[in-house]
Amino acid sequence: MSNIPEELHYSRSHEWIRRNEDGTVTVGITDHAQDLLGDMVYVELPEPGQRLAAGDECMVVESVKAASDVYSPLSGEVVAVNDQLADTPELVNQDPYGEGWLFTLQPAEEGEPEELMGAESYRKLIESES
Amino acid sequence: MLIFERSRKNRRNPVQAPHAEPAAPGIPQRFRRRSRPLLPEVSELQVVRHYTRLSQQNYAIDTHFYPLGSCTMKYNPRGCNALASLPGFLSRHPLAPEESHGQGVLACLFELQEMLKVVTGMQGVSLTPMAGAQGEFAGMAMIRAYHDSRGDRERDEVLVPDAAHGTNPATAIMCGYKVREIPTDADGDVDIEALRQAVGPRTAGIMLTNPSTLGVFERRIHLIAEIVHEAGGLLYYDGANLNAILGKVRPGDMGFDVMHLNLHKTFATPHGGGGPGAGPVGVGERLLPFLPIPVVGRHEDGKYRWLTEKDLPRSIGRLSAHMGNTGILLRAYVYMRMLGAEGMERIAEFATLNANYLMKRLSESGFEMAYPRRRASHEFILTLKREAKETGANAMDFAKRLLDYGYHAPTTYFPLLVPECFLIEPTETEDKATLDGFVEAMRCIRREAENEPEKLQRAPHTLPVKRLDDVRAARKLDAVWKG
Amino acid sequence: MPFVPHTEEEIREMLEVIGVQRIEALFSEIPPELRAPSMEGMLPKALNEMEIGRLMRERAAQDGQPLCFVGAGAYEHHVPAAVWEIATRGEFYTAYTPYQAEASQGTLQLLYEYQTMMASLTGMEISNASLYDGASALAEAVLMAVRANRRSKSKRVLIPATVHPVYRKVVRTIVTHQGIEVVEVPYCTACGNVVPDSLAQYSEGDYAALVVPQPNFFGVLEEVDRLTDWAHTNGTLVIGLINPITAAILAPPGEWGETGADIACGEGQPLGIPLSSGGPYFGFLCCRESLVRQMPGRIVGRTVDLDGKAGFTLTLQAREQHIRRSKATSNICTNQGLMTTAATLYLSLLGPEGLERVASACHDNTRRLLEKVVAIEGVEPLFDGEFFHEVVLRVDLPVNRLLERLAGHQLLAGHSLAEDYPELGDAFLLCCTETKTEADLERFATLLRETMSEMRSS
Repeated sequence: MSNIPEELHYSRSHEWIRRNEDGTVTVGITDHAQDLLGDMVYVELPEPGQRLAAGDECMVVESVKAASDVYSPLSGEVVAVNDQLADTPELVNQDPYGEGWLFTLQPAEEGEPEELMGAESYRKLIESES
Repeated sequence: MLIFERSRKNRRNPVQAPHAEPAAPGIPQRFRRRSRPLLPEVSELQVVRHYTRLSQQNYAIDTHFYPLGSCTMKYNPRGCNALASLPGFLSRHPLAPEESHGQGVLACLFELQEMLKVVTGMQGVSLTPMAGAQGEFAGMAMIRAYHDSRGDRERDEVLVPDAAHGTNPATAIMCGYKVREIPTDADGDVDIEALRQAVGPRTAGIMLTNPSTLGVFERRIHLIAEIVHEAGGLLYYDGANLNAILGKVRPGDMGFDVMHLNLHKTFATPHGGGGPGAGPVGVGERLLPFLPIPVVGRHEDGKYRWLTEKDLPRSIGRLSAHMGNTGILLRAYVYMRMLGAEGMERIAEFATLNANYLMKRLSESGFEMAYPRRRASHEFILTLKREAKETGANAMDFAKRLLDYGYHAPTTYFPLLVPECFLIEPTETEDKATLDGFVEAMRCIRREAENEPEKLQRAPHTLPVKRLDDVRAARKLDAVWKG
Repeated sequence: MPFVPHTEEEIREMLEVIGVQRIEALFSEIPPELRAPSMEGMLPKALNEMEIGRLMRERAAQDGQPLCFVGAGAYEHHVPAAVWEIATRGEFYTAYTPYQAEASQGTLQLLYEYQTMMASLTGMEISNASLYDGASALAEAVLMAVRANRRSKSKRVLIPATVHPVYRKVVRTIVTHQGIEVVEVPYCTACGNVVPDSLAQYSEGDYAALVVPQPNFFGVLEEVDRLTDWAHTNGTLVIGLINPITAAILAPPGEWGETGADIACGEGQPLGIPLSSGGPYFGFLCCRESLVRQMPGRIVGRTVDLDGKAGFTLTLQAREQHIRRSKATSNICTNQGLMTTAATLYLSLLGPEGLERVASACHDNTRRLLEKVVAIEGVEPLFDGEFFHEVVLRVDLPVNRLLERLAGHQLLAGHSLAEDYPELGDAFLLCCTETKTEADLERFATLLRETMSEMRSS
């Protein structure tokens, strides 16, 4: 059973979101998603300063046998990207909620978009998909 | 060992080089290269031995049964190679005047165009696309040109079944279209209701393979043609699986407006370790003005000549520097002449006989078929889902173990719709004993999977290398030797 | 029937296993109204190998063996016998794309060696395993540059009029549907190349890439360093389009300007591939390592097996259509494997010194031929720029008729520019490679002199 931390929020397309104290949010892909994709070989990150709308295809994660788009869970501006992934994409597999984070976003507006789920709902989602 | 590692400084092979001094003193210094290129300094014997030995590390049709689904690995007659390689054909410059120095080769190409029209039921053929994917591009570009010529510019969607080859959606995008996927029903046919929902004023066309990549004949093709045509779209036929129906059904008669052929599949030209191919396109009446150029025409006086921009001003244009892969076209021409009308009609028969025989024998041996209620066309899908679950050895492990038994593996994990699948295409040129041997190997491998699955998981054991680390290859790219 | 091994008895046994009476029953799922008519009478009767052999020999002989001085994108070079002896071994000739890496180490290692040779020849870091031909390789390079140029995001590219006219047409056919606009850069009609200062007119615009041909279609050398530096100053990527034979002597794209070109591509035919009426040839495509994710086509990588032993496999496949589908870098799958096999053999047999000699002999022969023909009344070289092994000549007679008459004497003297460059008047492009002897050059000059004087007097 994959790891689904209680404190995070989740999207239907298997991204996770962590709200940081400074108002930014950090985005990654879930343990379940990295498990489905297999060993990561490349991560194409968005560019800092890029403006994203919720649902935009903003980057790609690649394994040997699959390439998958990552969708921005919120609208906002990219303020940081995880440069370590350029040389060590395997961090996404090894530590998807920690060292394997993808990018940080300054959200455009306050308030929780409705589409995001809590841990319990996300668990149900992946159970229904399997 | 790499060829570079056999190199020694200042070893030369003068018999292959001109007598000229290497300096070319006429070229001014500022244009000259500063570094010497990294090419091996080896003797002719070293070259011959090195590459002969490398060749021996390949599986090929000439050495192994190669049931690679959707790739039609049939025998490539040596006569086709020999006759396409006659000195007169090889030494002819593409810009040599066709009237005085080209009637021989053009006669072959013209007759090839005509024969391809007959076997496809199409009205016009252009031989210029250099591979199946380029033929697809030409086909979709013609569909676009057709709609544009009618001022019908709202059509921006191409329908593609979810089972299609990856080239189909990639091609549609290259032609500036959006791709809309159409689902497949449980028996492997296009979901007609979903198709009805999807078509409309934005539909430029649909790209179909028939028999589909699932190895079954799309039975309601006439209905599909009607639905798409009624919506104003055109039908594209992906000729990848033409071997299954050659002589039995013609794409033109099924309602297709445009198609490509893979000469390196259906017409026995070699795959060469990944090309060259040739992907001629055929079109119905409506798309004739848009054919890619050049096309071979015949004058009233019986002389052949290239039709170009002047003759076909609405053509989608040129796709290659000259006129495509002539040498491959000549091989296909020789093959078709050797088959003749009767042989052509028999291709599908024996390809289908072999596929159905192999399917039945594997099924009787306890392997699970993906579409058990359907007839195999020239290929069929077997799923190793149960074996994977029970033994832990998956389709990839079975595939690698087959290599140890002296068989090239079938296509694995394609189509994506069927889990743990093998797509198996024996082709008409294999004899019964070879098929029986393959069944026996599959049975042995399953017994091994039950008793010692790690033997499969670590396979192959008998080849020059063991299972290769694909992840490392992609993470730490080493595509060029650095000494 | 040809190439089907089944005996009557085997057919019966197989049908029995399947559980049907006749082969025809296997087609029961095809609606009867779709069934094709018999091809009897619509296709010729079957010929055996002896009969088709006779026909093909007659047809091949019909096209003659003229003395050929035509280049213009396809070049006659000596091809060592070992090249095709080895390349047509069944193990290379009849293998498929090396999807099962462990059973394809021969093809894969050869492609890795090919990639190494091409990267070095072009002075670039990465090479793919080939594309269809030079023209389509240029089109793919343009698409690649537009994807890769993150700084510009422009969809406009600059292509000089000194690039092969058909290459420019092919680029248009292939890239226009993706909204890419090709802007043509004019050339200097006195020197036959692009004047670097003339690029200033584009400095205000935003262009994803500049194509730099070397040598260009006229055989003239471009000022590649200055063109490259202009492009990089303006945030434009440089695509070098080269003839690989000339790269033995000329600076390769990787050495151009301050930082080198970004992408190199071209026609691989000169490297051991026969003229064959235009194909099959192969296109090569090389680039900086930082652009590799945008590169189309197969790439072979070296890795290790379970025992840690070195081996080769297709890699970075997530760029390609069979995985990425609608988001692939290109729809290409098949490339020109057998042609790269021949090229790898060719480059190995020639080695660095041999290749340099070939290039040098081409240049020397062209220089000597030029000296002979400019002595003929009514013949003049059109451009004063430096050339490699092709030269544009202007004649004071109708050029197409002149070339036609020479062809009647079994001399293909060159390629007429009347259609593609009408501004040049009666001009043609000739090419001289290492294959030509002093006697050939003499014959060229004599026939040209005599034919021109005949035409004047008639």
